[in-house]
Amino acid sequence: MPLDLGAKGSCQIGGNVSTNAGGLRLLRYGSLHGSVLGLEVVLPDGTILDQLTTLRKDNTGYDLKQLFIGAEGTLGIITGVSILTPPAPQASNNVILALPRFENVLPLYKTVKRQLSEILSAFEFIDRTAYDLAVKHGQGRALSEEDVEGAECFVLVETSGGRREHDEEKLNNLLESLLEADEPLINTGVMAQNPAQFSSLWALREGVTEAVSKEGKAYKYDISVPLSTFKECVDLTRERLRSKGLLNEAQVKAVIGYGHVGDGNLHLNVIAKAYTPEIQDALEPFVYELVASHRGSVSAEHGIGAMKTHALHYSKDETSIAWMKKIKAIFDPNGIMNPGKVLE
Amino acid sequence: MRPSPARLLNILVPVKRAVDYAVKIRVNPQQTGVDLNVKHSMNPFDEIAVEEAVRIRERLPKGSEPVNITALTIGPPKSIETLRTALAMGADTAIHVEIPESAPAPEPLGVAKAIRAIIEKHKDKEGVDMVILGKQSIDDDLGQTGQMIAGLLGWGQATYASKIDLNLEQKNAVVTREIDGGLEQVRVKFPMIITTDLRLNEPRYASLPNIMKAKKKPVTKLTPADLGVSFEPQMEILKVTEPPKRVGGAKVESVDELVEKLKAAGFNAV
Repeated sequence: MPLDLGAKGSCQIGGNVSTNAGGLRLLRYGSLHGSVLGLEVVLPDGTILDQLTTLRKDNTGYDLKQLFIGAEGTLGIITGVSILTPPAPQASNNVILALPRFENVLPLYKTVKRQLSEILSAFEFIDRTAYDLAVKHGQGRALSEEDVEGAECFVLVETSGGRREHDEEKLNNLLESLLEADEPLINTGVMAQNPAQFSSLWALREGVTEAVSKEGKAYKYDISVPLSTFKECVDLTRERLRSKGLLNEAQVKAVIGYGHVGDGNLHLNVIAKAYTPEIQDALEPFVYELVASHRGSVSAEHGIGAMKTHALHYSKDETSIAWMKKIKAIFDPNGIMNPGKVLE
Repeated sequence: MRPSPARLLNILVPVKRAVDYAVKIRVNPQQTGVDLNVKHSMNPFDEIAVEEAVRIRERLPKGSEPVNITALTIGPPKSIETLRTALAMGADTAIHVEIPESAPAPEPLGVAKAIRAIIEKHKDKEGVDMVILGKQSIDDDLGQTGQMIAGLLGWGQATYASKIDLNLEQKNAVVTREIDGGLEQVRVKFPMIITTDLRLNEPRYASLPNIMKAKKKPVTKLTPADLGVSFEPQMEILKVTEPPKRVGGAKVESVDELVEKLKAAGFNAV
């Protein structure tokens, strides 16, 4: 399955396709818009739209199935999927790198991508606050004190390939060049020595979500913004809360950023003691306006659902929304499919 | 230049390359063993042994006797990876007793004799004060090597260690052992054998600078002939089989049916 996400234990394939789920390995295998080859959909009037083909190339008119991928069930119900499945990798490895400054993430990403090229399968970003939170709530074994000292953020790099020796050589060359550079982009890092450590390193990243819910009530924003603005988005949000006098143990405990660097997808989480109107008002529409100022997306991989319909216009202009409504009306004139979702 | 230290505390840590514990084990079609064409890593108990040796060094106050940690493995050429992991965790030097890829896995007695030979070679320079190794390896689960080394050398031993307190002045260690009834403390004099249990420590990640340094650390290669030992198996494995597959359960309609089925299966009321 060319998809891997935190909810893999409980989610369903139909739901993944309906929400165009992204996840940890989008970097490697692309979005479902590319890997879904065919769909079978039951339309609101009961007819079955059979596009369950397995062709890679099919330029015969409009590609209707794309409309249903990410439509969140507002146009029809997906009942069958044909999906392109890559062979499972024979060897995988991971490292966590500690970076002295956020500014190094982008040059590091370029270097890693150039050197690892086809074996790079994940490049995940965790800021220091998110890392500390994951460790605090026991998500994976922590790095040693000296390894995390002076780190502003961390990056998890995973490789997946066909032959271990080949992959290790590439990874070792990369790490050597990173450590020996005149102006190193990284402080240090750790490499998994066995599958148990491999899982433990992943747990530090994947466990952030769980750590967030253990820490308090979370306002979660799943945004697409240019990579260079990741830190700015987190910092400006934190500043905003501080200027409103909300950043303290009794109100907002932490503002953290983590996410998928390779996809320009930042998870901006604000962890509060309790949900309050003051925090809500401080964050919205502030965050949405911030995203819009970078021509970003207010929902990168989580979807619009019922909660964010009012924010759709920050990422889509009037013309786009008007055409979306027309499409909705064609398929579902009675508005019976998942009412209230995506479009108001 | 500082004067060279008069005396080192020498720790020998034998480690074994074993099928990783996370791998699903498959018996080979000839039923002579398991499929070895899978991910291998350092035997977890040995990893704990390496970690403990490194922690012993870290726990000593600065300026006290320097600790020298030697990792040792007996195995095919690929076992060098296991030594590199030990070196990356903090071992200083390594010894690789190389056997051919096709050779049968060495048995505890052969391994113990090889370790004795290495310790005796060491005697000319600085003697080994302590051997720390896993209580067993997770592939053959024999759990005898540590005890055999102690027997062959006539050294004291503390097995299944969950805590080690060294006293360098008195040249002994108080070792807490995990036994059925709880915890037992024994005092052992140098030189000694310690075998490690799961709760002794949690091994660290190997940091990148240490992984790089490990590549440059010396690894001495030896052959069984160099040590005058043979790994000729003394045991014959007759057959290796998988445990019986679990059979799925079934639903019963009534209590009577359940009782009937239980009786048929041989369960009778006492």
